Amino acid sequence: MNGARHLYVHLPFCSSRCGYCDFVTVVGRNGEHGGYVDALLRELDLERPLLAAELESVYLGGGTPTLTEPRALEQLLGSLPAAHELTVEANPETVTPQVAALLVGCGVGRVSLGAQTFSARLLRTLGRVAQPDDVRSAVYRLRDAGIDNISLDLIYGIPGQEPADLARDLAEALALEPEHISAYELEAKAGTRFTHAHGSELERQAESMESYFERVVETLSAAGYRWYETANFCRAGDPDLRAHHNLGYWLGRDYLGLGVGAVSTIENRRWRNAPSLARYVAALARGERPPRELEELPAEVRATERVMLGLRLDEPLLLTGLEQALDADEVEQLASLGLAERTEGSLALTRRGRFLGGGVTARLLV
Amino acid sequence: MDQQHIRNFSIIAHIDHGKSTLADRILQLTETVSVREMRDQLLDSMDLERERGITIKAQAVRVAWKGYELNLIDTPGHVDFTYEVSRSLQACEGALLVVDAAQGIEAQTLANAYLAIENNLEIVPVVNKIDLQQADPDGAAAEVADLIGDSPERVLRISAKTGQGVADVLDAIIERVHAPTGDPDAPPRALIFDSSYDQYRGVVAFVRVVDGVFRPRTELRAMALGTRFEAQEIGFMSPGNRPVKELSAGEVGYVITGLKDVSELRVGDTLTAEKNPAAAPLPGYKDVKPMVFAGLFPTESDDYPELRDALEKLKLNDAALFYEPETSQALGFGFRCGFLGLLHMEIVRERLEREFDLDLLVTAPNVAYRVKPMNGEWVEVHTPADLPDAFDEVEEPYIKASIIVPKEFVGAVMELNNDRRGRFDHLEYLSELRVHLTYELPLAEIVLDYYDQLKSRTRGYASFDYDVSGFQPGNLARVDILVGGEPVDALSLIIHRDFAYERGKLLVEKLREEIPRQMFDVAIQAAIGARIIARETVKARRKDVLAKCYGGDISRKRKLLEKQKKGKKRMKNVGGVEVPQEAFLAVLNLNEPAKR
Repeated sequence: MNGARHLYVHLPFCSSRCGYCDFVTVVGRNGEHGGYVDALLRELDLERPLLAAELESVYLGGGTPTLTEPRALEQLLGSLPAAHELTVEANPETVTPQVAALLVGCGVGRVSLGAQTFSARLLRTLGRVAQPDDVRSAVYRLRDAGIDNISLDLIYGIPGQEPADLARDLAEALALEPEHISAYELEAKAGTRFTHAHGSELERQAESMESYFERVVETLSAAGYRWYETANFCRAGDPDLRAHHNLGYWLGRDYLGLGVGAVSTIENRRWRNAPSLARYVAALARGERPPRELEELPAEVRATERVMLGLRLDEPLLLTGLEQALDADEVEQLASLGLAERTEGSLALTRRGRFLGGGVTARLLV
Repeated sequence: MDQQHIRNFSIIAHIDHGKSTLADRILQLTETVSVREMRDQLLDSMDLERERGITIKAQAVRVAWKGYELNLIDTPGHVDFTYEVSRSLQACEGALLVVDAAQGIEAQTLANAYLAIENNLEIVPVVNKIDLQQADPDGAAAEVADLIGDSPERVLRISAKTGQGVADVLDAIIERVHAPTGDPDAPPRALIFDSSYDQYRGVVAFVRVVDGVFRPRTELRAMALGTRFEAQEIGFMSPGNRPVKELSAGEVGYVITGLKDVSELRVGDTLTAEKNPAAAPLPGYKDVKPMVFAGLFPTESDDYPELRDALEKLKLNDAALFYEPETSQALGFGFRCGFLGLLHMEIVRERLEREFDLDLLVTAPNVAYRVKPMNGEWVEVHTPADLPDAFDEVEEPYIKASIIVPKEFVGAVMELNNDRRGRFDHLEYLSELRVHLTYELPLAEIVLDYYDQLKSRTRGYASFDYDVSGFQPGNLARVDILVGGEPVDALSLIIHRDFAYERGKLLVEKLREEIPRQMFDVAIQAAIGARIIARETVKARRKDVLAKCYGGDISRKRKLLEKQKKGKKRMKNVGGVEVPQEAFLAVLNLNEPAKR
């Protein structure tokens, strides 16, 4: 093993918490940003031997990385190893001309912007701080600063979202000509405040929202975007505008994650740093690794995951080493149902198969 | 004991009219058990059972009263066991007919009284619970006297609870019931009226000696089945086992046979001695056939061996229980079981679930059908799927139903019976207020929810009893339920053609609600042969994806997928459609018989 070529760095700070979010986030604590970045860099030092000499991608996720105190953010970006793709997540309202300039100055080439929706009403439902205009001005500011690879995050299936709302969101997003779009169905997890507040409405809408996924794929495909992953689209053609960091996950590659709550997968082990900010910072201040939850990943589990992840992509999954993870009878049956396509040495889902990817994958696996 | 000083009797009563309380009081009064023992028995019956080797559920107890030997023979309490009841009665010369002073005659009272009369028993009428505030001893006495053609003054009035009048009951047995009249010198003959299984000593037969003498360590033979064995022990119960050197004509007791299979010894058969055999068996032996059938399947297929073992064990004490392996493509491996009736089925099911801790799926019960296939011989069909598509004739079992109800509900009962293809037979006023109705009904109409309906339409006042009267031709058809074009064997049913559409539609609608959306449209159909009579469609899913999946999500998503996978493994595949077991359960519940 030559080391992980994908590095994830978690910046948990947010100005407020969105009801549907399930990432490790911390609201307020503006004074702790510097200390946290110090801890991150200490963890990087401890784990550096796990990284390859040359990195394909570095990804700063959150939280709201662009909310991080500018000097601390600058210090962090300046200290991270170089990579072919350096992405930073941003919330629209945080993208000031200064932040945009800072990012470009630090070598950030790609920004993933959490737009979610262009409807003020639905933004409120989601508990987002940004207004629709914030999204647009963030894009313009990033463009002005020289960012030429922008991804917009969209959420559909929001309580109260009518088909016309969805069509408008897609049109607004396309009007901004982003290189990349991620579109997720809202996941209302049982037991969250959000589900408590909106669950019954979502249930009522479930039937009419059945078609939203299809509408998203159809609209974006028609606009010249490539549906290269279940929930991800990029402008087709050259250069390859897919999210290379995330492709690392989908191709089953090793990755190192730094920061509170971050997950790493290296060879046959996966670990998750404990979600407590205080304990994370304290441990690294002592020069120790933060508390972690460790999961062993036997070869067959990694094979299962490679099938599960690989079938999310539009390119056929190469089956070398994965045959034993697949149920041959089911593969045949699903092929006869027009949901999967088996070729010599590879497996792909058909277009319809991709819409049903979860159920299809569950059946394909042993 | 010479026969002149022996009296053999049973107690017959409707459920809850006080049969066991009276039996307990008799045991106390005759000092067969002390008050203390009585309490012990109630509190600690399991230990007692182990201690005494044989079940303490005394099938026959001998008590002493004023120099007489009285044998109290227990009768099974329910209609499903009519044949067993009749054998128990045949072992007696008299019967106490116990009626609740507040309730009066009920359907079971009638059925049992008629059985007793048919067996030429002297009936001693008893009105019980006269201590109750709402008791109407005169009214109840008048009803009973009328029923058996006796005078109301001869009806004894007692309270088994307080003990009032119980001594008079014992005196009346001696006075009114005649002594046994068998020939003590003839070759031995004994009627088997019950049997049980003891895990250490094998099958125990409970017998009434009619002629001759039985001794331990002699070779005996069951005349109808031809089973031979050596009597290992002979005795009577009082209430524990009391081994004796001999049981002679007129006496009641037990024979420990050492046999390992209860089916080798049938209730109603005659025991005789191998060396000095009787010329002919006692009359009345019948091979009792199960009339109600249902498939029993373990909810978890891993429990199949446990279910098989449990049925084997139950069968040891229940010769009437029939079972054979059945494989259903929808429900997996299980057993097709035959029962005497609905109660018998409920008892078996409850024992399997309670005593053996099994989770069961029970298919809709059906009756036994006789069918003559095209150009074929008559055969009996126990499962709807076995009914051929084409046949010349089919017959179904009918019952004679006896219903007693306050007169204001007569209309409601008649309406119910008409809905259930009933044929009116007879109506009789038992008193100014109560009516006795008899109807002829297909047994199949009873096995669904008849009893529940009867109770709810008469606000609980109706009492009901039945007797299977034979097979009659019916305009019947097999309705299949098809999922994705394939019949679900466990859901097929045989039904009168007039009801086929309605039932088929209901089943298909229910199934549509229960089958989750799949990756393709699923047709759910009800069909008679090739003719589709009802159809619903489960529309295909349009999306089924785990939305987001990045580095931090992979383990959780994989576990979700594994869970989904496991869930699918629990589903049954019918015509390529994943059907959750709950769906079958929901549909089978539509056919759930009334619990009694």
